[in-house]
Amino acid sequence: MMSSVKRRVAVVGAGITLFRRRLKETGRELSFYAAKMALDTAGITLRDVDAVVCGTAPDAFDGVHMKGEYLLDGMGGHRKPFVRVYVGGGTGVFTPIAAWWHVASGHFDIVLAVAEEKMSSCYPHPQKAFTTIFDPMLTRPLGANLVWIFALEMQRYMHVHGVKKEQIATIAVKNKRNALDHPCAQLAAKITVQDVLNSEVMVWPVQRLDISPPSDGAAAVVLAAEHVAKRLTDDPVWIEGVGWCLDSTYWTNRDLYYPKYVEYAARMAYKMAGIKNPPKEIDVAEPYDPFDYKEAHHAEGLMLARKGEYLKDVKDESDIFARYGRDGDLPICPSGGLLGVGNPIAAAGMMKVCEIFWQLRKEAGKRQVKNDPRTGVAQAWGDLMQVGTVVVMRV
Amino acid sequence: MSRKDIEEGRVPTFKDKPEARYAWAAGVAMGRFLAELKEGRIIGRRCRACGRVLVPPRMFCEWCFRPTDEWVYVRDTGTVLTYSISYLGPAAERLKEPVIIAVIELDGASPGIGILHKLGEVKPEAVHVGMRVKAVWKPPEEREGAITDILYFKPLEGGGGGE
Amino acid sequence: MSVERVRLPHEVRHWLGDMEADYVYTLGIAGEKFYAGLKEGKIIGARCPSCGAVWVPPSIYCPECFEELTEWVELPDEGTVYTFTVAHVGPDGRPLEEPVVYALIVPDGASGGILHKLGEVKPGEAYIGMRVKAVWEDPDKRKGAITDIRYFRPIE
Repeated sequence: MMSSVKRRVAVVGAGITLFRRRLKETGRELSFYAAKMALDTAGITLRDVDAVVCGTAPDAFDGVHMKGEYLLDGMGGHRKPFVRVYVGGGTGVFTPIAAWWHVASGHFDIVLAVAEEKMSSCYPHPQKAFTTIFDPMLTRPLGANLVWIFALEMQRYMHVHGVKKEQIATIAVKNKRNALDHPCAQLAAKITVQDVLNSEVMVWPVQRLDISPPSDGAAAVVLAAEHVAKRLTDDPVWIEGVGWCLDSTYWTNRDLYYPKYVEYAARMAYKMAGIKNPPKEIDVAEPYDPFDYKEAHHAEGLMLARKGEYLKDVKDESDIFARYGRDGDLPICPSGGLLGVGNPIAAAGMMKVCEIFWQLRKEAGKRQVKNDPRTGVAQAWGDLMQVGTVVVMRV
Repeated sequence: MSRKDIEEGRVPTFKDKPEARYAWAAGVAMGRFLAELKEGRIIGRRCRACGRVLVPPRMFCEWCFRPTDEWVYVRDTGTVLTYSISYLGPAAERLKEPVIIAVIELDGASPGIGILHKLGEVKPEAVHVGMRVKAVWKPPEEREGAITDILYFKPLEGGGGGE
Repeated sequence: MSVERVRLPHEVRHWLGDMEADYVYTLGIAGEKFYAGLKEGKIIGARCPSCGAVWVPPSIYCPECFEELTEWVELPDEGTVYTFTVAHVGPDGRPLEEPVVYALIVPDGASGGILHKLGEVKPGEAYIGMRVKAVWEDPDKRKGAITDIRYFRPIE
C-alpha cells in the first residue's frame, strides 16, 4: 500500500445548513449557504478556489438527472474543475477524501468540498427511490423496503454478540440528547430507553426511534495545501489519514454482524496517520449512525472496541454517557449524529467531518468534548451494507 | 415547512412523475436461475479456485476474479441466518399483516451463502436463527420464472432434510 | 461468454419493471420570486452588487462572484432572440403536426435568458437578433408557471 504523500492537507473552513425534513430552498440554494459559510470561515472567496468536489447521493432523491451538474453553480463550480463523487451514504466522508486527492497530489492548492441532499422532493417519501437499490429480479418482487436489510443486520449483530435492545437504545438516547446543542439539528430530543422500546415497530427489531429521518441539508469544507493553510489560519486541522473500502453487492452471501469494509478502510487511514492503538490514540470519533445499532457496529469496525464489546459495559443511560458521552472515556458522536441532527444522505457524513473539525479547534461550543482532543475520526457507510469511508484529522 | 404546507398549497411547488420503464437484461446467470425456478429448482455456480458454490449464481467469482466453472443444483431446504418482521411495505406504507423475511443459507451452497426470502406458516415469536426451513413452491402452472415462484419458506419438522 | 448482437430487449431474457417515484419540487427562494412575478405579468431577475449582472431566471447567488443576491429587479418583457431551433418531433419522439419554434430570449438588460416558444412567426422567418415581446396568458388564467407567458412574438 502507498505510504508516501506529496503534500500535507488541512481543513481550514467549514459550513453547514439547517437539516430539516422539508426545506423551501432548492438543492442549489442549500449548497450555496453551506459553501459560502465554508469560504467565509476560511477567509477566502470563490476566486481563490482552484477546484470543487461535489458529493451527492442518487439523482432520484432530488429528482434531477445529472444532479452534480445541476448543483454545480450553487457549489461554486462555475467554470472550475468540478467532479461529483458518490458512494451512497459513504459519500459525505468520501467527498473530503476526493478533495484531499486533489490537494495532496500537488494538483490544486485550495479545494472546496460540498455535500448536499434534498430528499423531500421525492414525494410523499423517498422510500420508493431507496428501493431501486435492490436487485429488480431477486429482491424487489418480494416487496422489499430498505429498512429490511438494517433489521436483518441488527438481528445478526444482536444474535452473534448477545447484545440486547435495551443496550442499543441507549445510543439513540445519547445522540438525540447531544443534538440538543447542535444549532442545525432536526430531531434533537430528551428521550429515554423506554421511549425507544415503546416506539412503533417498523421492521423488527428496528423501531421508529432507532432510525434517523430523511432530510434536506448541505455541508461543506475548504481544504488547503500546507503552505496555503498556514497563511490562512493559525489553526489548520490536518487530514492525517484517509481510507475507503467497498464490499460486494451480494449481501446475502456475507455475514452481516461485522462490517469488514469499515475495518479495512480504517486500517488504511490509521496506517497513514501512524495510529497503532485506536482506542488510546483517538480522542473523539463520529462513526456513522443512521440507526442506533450502527454506531456500535461501526465503532467496532473502526477498532475502537473489540467485536461485540462496544456495549459490553453499557446497561443503561448513565453507562452510555459515562463511556461515550462528551465527558466520557471516549466521546462518540458529540454532534448528536444522524439520529439527532438528521440524515440528508451525502451531507450527513460531511456534517461529521465538520464536527471533528470544530471539536479539534475547540470551536464546538456547548458540544465541546472536554478531553482536549488532538486526534479525531469521522466515518461514513453506504449502499447495500457495502461502503466504509474514514478520515483521521489531527491538530 | 411541513407536508401540510405543500398539500394545502401554502408553499408553491411543481409536481412531476417522470416515467422510467425498464426491461432489465437478466444476464446469463440470472437467466438460467429464473428458468430453473420455473422448473421448481434452485441452481448455483461453483468456482473451482475458492471452491464456493454461489447462489445467486454468477458467471464470475468476485473473490477470485475469474469465470466460475460449473452449474450446481442446490436443495430447496436451508437454515435461517438472520430474520426480521416487517410492518413496512416498499413505499414505507404500514402493513396490516407483518411480513417475515429471512436470509436463508441453502443446503448445498457454501456456508454463509444465503438468499433473501419470506417465511410463512410460522408465528413471528417462533422464528429463530438456526431454524431449519423448506421452500413452498407455487403450483407448476403458476410459475413464471421469478423469485416469487417460491411463495415462502416454512419450518421443517424435526429439523431434517440437511446434509 | 455470449457476445451476440441483440437489437431488442425482448430478445434477451429480461425482467420488466418501473422505477416509480413521484416528485414535488419546491421552487426555492429565488424561484418563488420568479414564478410569483410571472403570475403578475412580470419577468423578475436578480442583480449582483459586485459585478452588476442581472440574472434571469433569478438566483440567490451570483454564479460568477458567489455573492448573495438580494436585489430583485423587474425586467422588460421585450428582448432579443439569442438562438432558436425548430422542432418537428415531440418529447416522446413522435412527429408534431405543426413544427414549433423554441428560442432562448434575452430580455433587455439581462444576463442569461429564458427558454420559450416563438409564436405568430413562420419557422423560416425566425433569426438570431430578432426583437420579440412576451404574449401573456389572461391574468385570471395565470398559475405562477412558465406557461403564464404563452409565447414571444416578433416586434419591429
